[in-house]
Amino acid sequence: MIDYEALLAQKPYGMTQPEKDAFYREAIEDLSKHHAANCTEYAKIYRQFGAGFALPVRLFKLKELKSVPADQVRRTMTSSGTSGQAVSRIFLDADTAARQTKVLSRIVGDFLGQGRRPMLILDSSAVLKNRTMFSARGAGILGFSIFGSGAKYALDENMELNVPLLEEFCRKNENTPVLLFGFTFMVWQHFILKLKEQGLHLKLNGVLIHGGGWKKLTELAVDNDTYKQEIREWTGIDTVLNYYGMVEQTGSIFMECPCGRLHASIFSDVDIIDPVTMEKKSSGRGLIRCTSLLPTSYPGHVLLTEDEGELTGIDDCPCGRKGKTFKIYGRLAGAEIRGCSDTYEKR
Amino acid sequence: MIRMKNAEYLIGNAEIEKSPIPTFSEDACNLLRSYEAAIRRDREARAFPDVIAVGYWCRNANIQSKKEAFGNTAGCVGRGLAFHITPGNIPVNFMFSYLFSLLAGNANIVRIPSKPFPQIGILLRILKQCLSDFPEIEKRTAFVSYPSSEDAITAEFCKEADVRVIWGGDETVRRIRAMEAKPRCIDIAFADRFSVAVLSGSAVENATDAELARLAHAFYNDTYLMDQNACSSPRLCLWTDESKTGKARFWNAVYLEARKRYQLQGALAVDKYTRLCEDVMDRDDLAGVLRMGNLLHVVTLSEVPQALSSLEGKGGYFYECALTELSQLARFLDSRVQTVGYFGMDAAAIRDAVVSLHLTGADRIVPIGSAMDIDSDWDGFDLIHTMSRRIVAN
Repeated sequence: MIDYEALLAQKPYGMTQPEKDAFYREAIEDLSKHHAANCTEYAKIYRQFGAGFALPVRLFKLKELKSVPADQVRRTMTSSGTSGQAVSRIFLDADTAARQTKVLSRIVGDFLGQGRRPMLILDSSAVLKNRTMFSARGAGILGFSIFGSGAKYALDENMELNVPLLEEFCRKNENTPVLLFGFTFMVWQHFILKLKEQGLHLKLNGVLIHGGGWKKLTELAVDNDTYKQEIREWTGIDTVLNYYGMVEQTGSIFMECPCGRLHASIFSDVDIIDPVTMEKKSSGRGLIRCTSLLPTSYPGHVLLTEDEGELTGIDDCPCGRKGKTFKIYGRLAGAEIRGCSDTYEKR
Repeated sequence: MIRMKNAEYLIGNAEIEKSPIPTFSEDACNLLRSYEAAIRRDREARAFPDVIAVGYWCRNANIQSKKEAFGNTAGCVGRGLAFHITPGNIPVNFMFSYLFSLLAGNANIVRIPSKPFPQIGILLRILKQCLSDFPEIEKRTAFVSYPSSEDAITAEFCKEADVRVIWGGDETVRRIRAMEAKPRCIDIAFADRFSVAVLSGSAVENATDAELARLAHAFYNDTYLMDQNACSSPRLCLWTDESKTGKARFWNAVYLEARKRYQLQGALAVDKYTRLCEDVMDRDDLAGVLRMGNLLHVVTLSEVPQALSSLEGKGGYFYECALTELSQLARFLDSRVQTVGYFGMDAAAIRDAVVSLHLTGADRIVPIGSAMDIDSDWDGFDLIHTMSRRIVAN
C-alpha cells in the first residue's frame, strides 16, 4: 500500500509528471485492489473493468459505498444539497479523515507558509451551530480553520454583514496579514455585494481562499478576473486563490496559484476525458476526472466529475510548482446541479 | 367560447367551429393532397426527413388506401371537437395526430409541443397556406401553444372536447384524465410504453456486409435518432438462435453507424456511464458488458427479464438476452410493451405467439427500421375508426 507518511514528508508540488505517472500507476493499482477487497459493489466494477476505472461522482448520491466495516465509520460527509436534491454520502474512518486534514494542511501551507493567521470566515456563524447545515460547507470551514487563529464570522445568523465585527477585525489587524475564507458564490452575494451596497471599504492585507463552484456566478456573468478585482477594491486583499474540490475527495484539493492556474498536488491528479470515447485528451475541453490517493474508507480514488475543464500545462507553471495545471469551465450543460455554494438557496 | 390569455394561436382562433364533418370528406382528402404537394415543393422542408415523411403520408394513394381499408364511409362522421395534447419529444407527431382526426371528421384543437423544434414552424406555415382553400376545415382547425404548466387552459379545452387525444406519459394521462370532460367524451391515451427488438442470430451472422450496414442504419433510426427516448425505441434486444458472431457483427455495425452519425451530448454521456456502473453493481442477472467507447453500451442479461421497466437505456444503451423460444416473451410482454421490431424473423409467427399466449401487449410487430413510422393504426388503436362515429339508418 501507499506509504502516506513518506508522501506527506515530500514537497506537495515537487514531483514531475513522469515521476508522478509511474508512482500513480502502482498506487492506483494498489488502491483499486484494496477497495475491491473491501467494498462489494466496487469489487464488481473492478472485476468488470479493472483497476482505476473512474466512478461517476453521482454514484455517491445513489449508493452507499464504503470500504470499511460500518463500526469503523467515524464521520459521514454529505454534500450540501437542499431539500429534494439527493446528497452524496461519503464515509470516513479515522485514517482517511486524519489523512484529509494533513494533506489539506500540506497543500494550503505551500501557499500560505508556516504559522496561523488571524482568520475571517465569510459565512454565517450559524453554519456550524446548525447541525442540519453541517455538511460540505461546514466541513470546508472546519478544514480551513486550521490555518487561522480565533476565526471570526463576517456574517450573522441571518446572512447579514456583521459590521461592528468587521470594523474591529480591520482595526486589530491593520498591519497583520490575514486569511479570509469562504464559498465562491456566497462571498460574492453576501459579502462583496453587501459591502458595495453599504459603501463599506475594508482595509485588509493577506489572502482570500475560496471554492465551491462558479455556476451561479457564470449565470451572473462574473468571471474570475472581475471577482479578484472586486475583492481587491472592497477588502484590500490582493491575493485571491480559488480552489477546486469536492466532498467526494476532501483534502486533496486543487489550488489556484498566483499565475491563475489550478494545480494538482502530489496527493491527487487530474485528467481531461472525452465524454464520447471516454479516453484521455491531451488538449481541449472535456470532462474532469480526479484521482486522489487519500480515500481508503470509500472507493472514491478515481472519480469522473460532471465538470468541464481543460489542461493548461504540465510541469511548466511559472510559479514553479510541478505537475499538471488546468482550468475549469463549469458544470456540464444539462447535468444535474451539485456543489457547495451552488446549491445554497436564498431564504 | 374558448378564450384565454397565455394561449397563442398559431393557426385558427378561439371561435373555432366545433361541429363534425364526414369521415374521409372530400375536402379533407383534397386538403391533404395539396398539403403533400406543398411540402414536396418547400425548400425549407427538404432539410427534415421527418417533415418529408408527413408529406409522404398525405399522398393521395396512401389516403385512398386508408379510405378503402376503412370500409363503407356512408353515415360516418367525426365525433365533434378533438383536443390533442401532443408529444413533446417527437417533432412531427402533433401533425399526424391532427391528420388522423381530420380524416375521421373532427374539428381540432392541437396543443403543439413546447420544445421549439424547427419542424413545427415549417409544418404549420405550409398547412396554413393550404387551409385558405378549404374554409370549412380552416374554421374547424386551431393549433395552439401554451406552457404545459397552464392547467387552467387545458381544463377549458377539456370541457369542450368530444375526443381527447392524450399523448402521454402516464403522468400526463393521469393529469388530463382528472380534468372534467363531457360524459360522452372519449379519451385516446398514449401511456408510457416500452419496446423491444427480436433478432435471429444466424440471420445476422449470414447477412452480407451490405445487408448488415442497412440493418445497422435501420436500428440507428429506431433508437439513436431520438436518443432512444421514444416509446417505440427498443431497449432490449432478444436473440433467437443465438450466434456469437452474429451478435458481435451486429453491435460492431451499430457502433460504426453511431460513430458516423450520433452526437452524444455530454450530460447524456454521464448518465449512460452512471447507469452502467449501477447495472454492474446492482443487477444479479448481469452476464456481461460490451462497451464501445461511450457511444454504445450493451448489457447482456443471463435470462429473459421479468419486466422492462428497470431497463432504462438512453442514448445508445441496450440490454440483450437470448430468447430460446417465443413463449419466453410472456415473461415481460405485458400491456406496457408497444413495438416489437424484428430481423430475420417471421412477423406472423411473433404475432401468433402473442395471441396464443394471451398477452396484453405488443401492438406493432414491424421490421427494424420502422419503429418510428407512425400510422393511423397506432399503439393498439385504429385511430380513424375510434375518433369517428357511424350513424345507423335502417
